Amino acid sequence: MADEREIVLRIENLTKSFGDNVVIDGLDLEVRAGEVIVVIGPSGCGKSTLLRCINGLEEIQGGRILLDDQEVDGRSKNIAQIRQKLGMVFQSYDLFPHKTIIENVTLSPIVVQKRPKEEAIAEGEALLERVGLLDKRDDYPRQLSGGQKQRVTIARALAMQPEIMLLDEITAALDPEMVHEVLDVILDLAREGKTMIIVTHEMSFARAVADRVIFLEGGHIVEEGIPELFFTNPKTERAREFLHTFEFTAVRSHTVEE
Amino acid sequence: MDFGAMVDYLPLFEQAMWLTLRIGWIGILGSLVIGLVVAMITHYKIPVLYQISLFYIELYRNTPLLIQLFFMYFALPRVLGVGIDAEACGMLGLALLGGAYMAESFRSGLEAVEPIQTESALSLGMTKAQVMRYVVLPQAVSLSVQSFVANIIFLLKETSVFSAISLMDLMFVAKDLIGLYYNTTECLVLLVIFYLIIILPVSILGTVVERKLRYGAFGS
Amino acid sequence: MELLGLDVLFKGSNAMRLLQGLGVAVEISIISVVISLVLGMLFGIFMTWKNPVARVISRIYLEIVRIMPQLVLLFIVFFGATRALGLNVSAELSSIIVFSFWGVGEMGDLVRGSLESIPVHQYESAAALGMTKGQIYYHVVIPQAVRRLIPMSINLVTRMIKTTSLILMIGVVEVMKVGQQIIEANRMVSPNAVFGIYGTILLLYFLVCWPISMLARHLEKKWSN
Repeated sequence: MADEREIVLRIENLTKSFGDNVVIDGLDLEVRAGEVIVVIGPSGCGKSTLLRCINGLEEIQGGRILLDDQEVDGRSKNIAQIRQKLGMVFQSYDLFPHKTIIENVTLSPIVVQKRPKEEAIAEGEALLERVGLLDKRDDYPRQLSGGQKQRVTIARALAMQPEIMLLDEITAALDPEMVHEVLDVILDLAREGKTMIIVTHEMSFARAVADRVIFLEGGHIVEEGIPELFFTNPKTERAREFLHTFEFTAVRSHTVEE
Repeated sequence: MDFGAMVDYLPLFEQAMWLTLRIGWIGILGSLVIGLVVAMITHYKIPVLYQISLFYIELYRNTPLLIQLFFMYFALPRVLGVGIDAEACGMLGLALLGGAYMAESFRSGLEAVEPIQTESALSLGMTKAQVMRYVVLPQAVSLSVQSFVANIIFLLKETSVFSAISLMDLMFVAKDLIGLYYNTTECLVLLVIFYLIIILPVSILGTVVERKLRYGAFGS
Repeated sequence: MELLGLDVLFKGSNAMRLLQGLGVAVEISIISVVISLVLGMLFGIFMTWKNPVARVISRIYLEIVRIMPQLVLLFIVFFGATRALGLNVSAELSSIIVFSFWGVGEMGDLVRGSLESIPVHQYESAAALGMTKGQIYYHVVIPQAVRRLIPMSINLVTRMIKTTSLILMIGVVEVMKVGQQIIEANRMVSPNAVFGIYGTILLLYFLVCWPISMLARHLEKKWSN
């Protein structure tokens, strides 16, 4: 079944290294409009670096990244314009501590996109409503819980009306009981057809949200496929081991505790 | 104590206080501007200007204001051939001294802002200049408030050497009156009172602002 | 050389006299620094006491040091002491008294800060091991506090050295005064002497203070991680 949807992001032979350490080694990837891609893999496999490269936050050593046929290059003059099409959410809740919640959400639309203040605020409020935090509108970030902060961060990224959302382990620093409220927002976005690239360690979430799962190891895509097949019957030995290790780790640590 | 004499001296001290306040606060405002500019230069490591800034900071932090003033007021005009007004010299001298200290305060504030703040602002499509203006600088300033207040108190205290370049400040008036009438105790009491008037409010305000920034407005 | 007025420096004993003048400033600094460091340590420990009287006394002392310009303090001792106590305090002694008074306060505050930076559980666990108050300070707290303290007190030393320039304002013969004398004496022959002399004095202060500041910064970086 050929996918007719338009390709919005094209990564060709991407290479990224820190000194002698090659983190991404000739990676190719195509992302179509409306697709939700989940990237998983062992720590240090380059999945966070991949997202940072797509957003032009890392200098790359080879290959290229094309967003709507425009090259993403952290050093180029129009990088700020390109980044407006990419909404990134990091692991740490990185809200601006000196701005209220609504100011956090509207700052970029107002100063970057030069949209009228009233319009930006109205849209910001709609987004806060959507993530269930309109009542926190005038609070400061430190008054919010981790999960609430992360929902605001998502609203802040959405306020720029990005074509693609890049989510970098957005629940990794959260207390377990707050993970769900954040991931629900993402599931909602997926339902609406938002294009997303998600790096996560939450396997059941990955399974629920993904159109396509990409398993990354050693800077290569080792396996990719639809979640039903990947999680139940991975083709490669490495992916199988990875999914296995997941289960084993839990049992082992339990044994050690005793 | 001769209170009558003290009342007589009041207008002289008051006039001197206004002079100190004028030179002091204009100098302090100047020092904030210089400090910000120099901190930006050192932050972005702009070639040539960066080296000049580092030299300026070290030079002004490691020499006494009194001698900086002597050099500016008596020595430079000799070589440059242009005179400088004593009051302007006082303001400029204080601004240059303070600039070196304020630059260090700004710098440590800038360093204390988490790098993730810059990255997330960049990823929202801001240019480097917008990131600095809307995200990094406001946080750096509030992180440095304590150090700014300490610098302001330090600079206000430093104004006491202005009489060395023949400005009629509080020290000048006190010394003059002691020489003329030998009302030493009275003059010294007035001197202390007037310096309290100048510096105490800043000291108190500093404590209040610091507390407010730490517990109130934002920060985490 | 003549344009910059450096020629006067090499005339007769002028350079020597300037250095000797700097010597007086250095001498006053060294005496005040030693007094400040030693008494400041004691004062700092005194400030950490919970005793309310000790708190009020140290608070008032610190506020005076924090708010009053050193020059005002210098005037009070130099002009005031003579008048009020009938003592004839020399300018040199006045400056040593004032710089020490100021230095002890500043040093004490630094000592207090470094002592209080040591977490409470360090005190508690030492006490739990049966140590006396003296033993806790000597074996546990002071060794840890010293690393914080040393860079800051080195900075205090440069501040005290710079402050010696104030002695000129009450007329102690030292580097500034010698400089002025040389300028006066050469006013006719070498009108630009003022540039050379003040430039040299500025440089001398810089050459003394800068290496000390660098040392403080080096230690601070080295010990911060």
